[in-house]
Amino acid sequence: MKMIDKTTSEEEKEFYSKSSDSKYGKKIKKFTRTKESLIKFFFAVNGVMALVFIILIFIFLFKEGFKALEHVGLFDFLYTTRPAANGTSETVFQWYPTSEEPRYSLIPLILGTLLTAIPATIISTIFGVAAGVYLSEVANPKWKEILKPLIELFAGIPTVVIGFIMLVIGASFFNDLLHPDNRLNAFIASIGLSFVIIPVIASLTEDALHSIPNELRMASYGLGSTKWQTISRVILPAAFSGVSASIILGFGRAIGETMIVLMAAGNAANITSNLFLSVRTMTATIAAEMGEVSQGSDHYYSLFFIGIVLFTITFILNLIAEIIISKMRKKNTF
Amino acid sequence: MLELHKKKTDIAGLTAIWIIRIIFFFLVAALLLLIGKIVIQGIGSISVEFIFDDPKNNMTEGGIFPAIFGTIAVTLIMIIMTVPLGVCSAIYLNEYAKDSLLTRIIRTSINNLAGVPSIVFGLFGLGFFILFIGRGMDNVLETGLLFGQPALLWASATLAVLVLPIVIVSTLEALNSVPKSHRDASYGLGATKWQTIKNVVLPQARPGILTGTILAVSRGAGETAPILFLGAAFFLPNLPVSDLCIGDYCIPIINPAKQFMYLAYHIFILATQSSNPTKTLPIQYGSTLVLIVLTFMLNITAIIFRYRFRKKLGRL
Amino acid sequence: MKEIKIVIKNLNLYYDKKQALKNITLDIPDKKVTAFIGPSGCGKSTFLRVLNRMNDLIEHVRIDGEVFVDDVNIYDKNIDVVNLRKNIGMVFQKSNLFPKTIYENIVYGPKINGIRDKKALDEIVEKTCMQSAIWDEVKDRMNENALSLSGGQQQRLCIARALAVEPEIILMDEPASALDPISTAKIEELIHDLKQRYTIVIVTHNMQQAARVSDMTAFFYLGELVEFDRTTKIFTNPSKKQTEDYISGRFG
Repeated sequence: MKMIDKTTSEEEKEFYSKSSDSKYGKKIKKFTRTKESLIKFFFAVNGVMALVFIILIFIFLFKEGFKALEHVGLFDFLYTTRPAANGTSETVFQWYPTSEEPRYSLIPLILGTLLTAIPATIISTIFGVAAGVYLSEVANPKWKEILKPLIELFAGIPTVVIGFIMLVIGASFFNDLLHPDNRLNAFIASIGLSFVIIPVIASLTEDALHSIPNELRMASYGLGSTKWQTISRVILPAAFSGVSASIILGFGRAIGETMIVLMAAGNAANITSNLFLSVRTMTATIAAEMGEVSQGSDHYYSLFFIGIVLFTITFILNLIAEIIISKMRKKNTF
Repeated sequence: MLELHKKKTDIAGLTAIWIIRIIFFFLVAALLLLIGKIVIQGIGSISVEFIFDDPKNNMTEGGIFPAIFGTIAVTLIMIIMTVPLGVCSAIYLNEYAKDSLLTRIIRTSINNLAGVPSIVFGLFGLGFFILFIGRGMDNVLETGLLFGQPALLWASATLAVLVLPIVIVSTLEALNSVPKSHRDASYGLGATKWQTIKNVVLPQARPGILTGTILAVSRGAGETAPILFLGAAFFLPNLPVSDLCIGDYCIPIINPAKQFMYLAYHIFILATQSSNPTKTLPIQYGSTLVLIVLTFMLNITAIIFRYRFRKKLGRL
Repeated sequence: MKEIKIVIKNLNLYYDKKQALKNITLDIPDKKVTAFIGPSGCGKSTFLRVLNRMNDLIEHVRIDGEVFVDDVNIYDKNIDVVNLRKNIGMVFQKSNLFPKTIYENIVYGPKINGIRDKKALDEIVEKTCMQSAIWDEVKDRMNENALSLSGGQQQRLCIARALAVEPEIILMDEPASALDPISTAKIEELIHDLKQRYTIVIVTHNMQQAARVSDMTAFFYLGELVEFDRTTKIFTNPSKKQTEDYISGRFG
């Protein structure tokens, strides 16, 4: 997200105009010009193709997803009203597309996503920002060269591996420790998610802190501050936007994660705020059910609809993060 | 008179900094424990047979060769699809395109695409590649249901779209790191734009582009969600390879229309749905170890590259 | 009233293996302006930073020798460096105001010293801004971003910020080199007023500025102190030929 400085085509115009004198000059000009234009065209095609793919993603997702609204009403995605046992009707929030009376409420799924993503983000913020501060301000610069890549290596672990570990080791470990109601639950999933998100927040926080110019640190020390005073009162406040953006991006990542929650959260679409019950997230629902739906069914379209919801949420979060960062750039002109 | 006290200890500050140190080392310890556990439990299963044999007995014995092969095959095709497109788009955006609303929208979209959940890409792959293009191809070529179903080709294509932003962003960064003054020097000597790009910009940006590619490969090899329903299978009797025959001359090549086994997917299924968890546990650990080694090697290579690259430019 | 504020004896400074300052001995007088002049890279800024131990923050720096402020060796092991820097203030070459409001920039120092009372802080702000000749320009803009001020105003605000921790000595590292002539003149006027209350040491590459502003001048060359005397003598009748060559522009 840097400022890209453009070389103008002024140099080209000048070059071409200079060689207009001799006869040879004109010939070379035409040939080179065509070649240059072709090359530029080639690259432009690539650029456009990339853009086309991006647009296509939008289109296809929304096309199939909005079909869901024709098959399943918008409000059905929130709740279903059905006759209760005692004769009256009740409103239920359930995701149960495969039953005889299919129910498509997204509420349990959204809650499931939040119940895993929010604790994960909270944990990751504490650990991630601390790690970022450590790398940028506290660590010995020689060690930093090894430690920062180590954290990035952390970030490169495939999520299926994290899910696997949580499933095989994490669940038993916490089971013995905490005796939860469900062995696989939102808490286990949150821990797993944290493994993925802490490096994201740590890395971005370190970048944000590192970009604060050294003069500010000198000014603070020159006034007789301690290291911690400088970190807490000058550096962190100055990097606030960068750190906030990293937290928002981390949250977006937590919402969009699939494998960890699929493997460790229990996959029961409960509505609960109890961290220790199994939940099912939006992502896990798509992953688990997509293989079994018949194309064109209500269920099929509903899964695409969930996809739209996911896409929109993460898109908005990313946009917010970008706006924060660009605002920060404008405000602090160093 | 100057009042200079003896050394005062700022208890609160020192405590805070120690807490930060402890948190950081706790994280590193957790990481090492995680990796260590996998190595310890998995190393027992690793052997030449494990890597090169087929699975036997309903996955409870044997090797994971098809999964490794499948991963390599998918990733290879993914690279072919995404790297040229990504690098060339980045070159266009950075070197040719004028700064306008359109380019800014493109840049924002690319950044945001990088944050889209991978499962959504899976949906896109299903809806677009398999159902739209695949079925379309079947209709036009009248091949029945050949292309309109899960296959290696579509899995690679979906992963290609997924990692495209990574390739573009790293290439942009690499191109950007070449100082304007170098370009100016080239133009000043009478070079054209393409000559400048080819001879001045690209050579300097090459390490950065390579780093981006390696990171993209690593990401692609580790992603499971997108390919869950795009062609990955748990057990296939054959590799996705067919013979390409020209006359009497036949060579085996990767057949993109077939389904495939995939390391990350294999781990997922073994962990969640295997018929005999106790027997398959060592295989699970072994497969995980292989996958981690693979991704780590790629990531470390990328990191070393980037380190050397930045050091060369004097910027670390 | 004490005459000499800072005594430096046989000071050597090494960056790794390279010696940047060679055997400097110098007495800096109280409540006067002392200027350090010399060509670029001759060590004057480095020497300035020795006086408030800012070099401690740089790796690979080794210091040899003694620096006494009011008869206290500031390089003694038992000295609290953090406290030292409250008593010796520093103004840098380029303004390094924090990205906070004008008010918050000034009260940063007092606040980390534990002063919380709003009335006391307001008084400090007014007092230091008046001393820095910037009060009229900022008194109605206290809650604006400090970076919105002009270059000259920012630099004067840096001075106010340094004064807020009530130092006795102010070190200035080329404070006006990034400013236009009018702002420079204002800073020089300021220095003239401040020396009644503070000991000032100023590094400058602008000889005429040194001549205008200082009482004592020290000429540094290649890490050595060549000559140190009253400003009038240095600029009219220097003892060393090197000094004369530099002053008359034969090199620099």
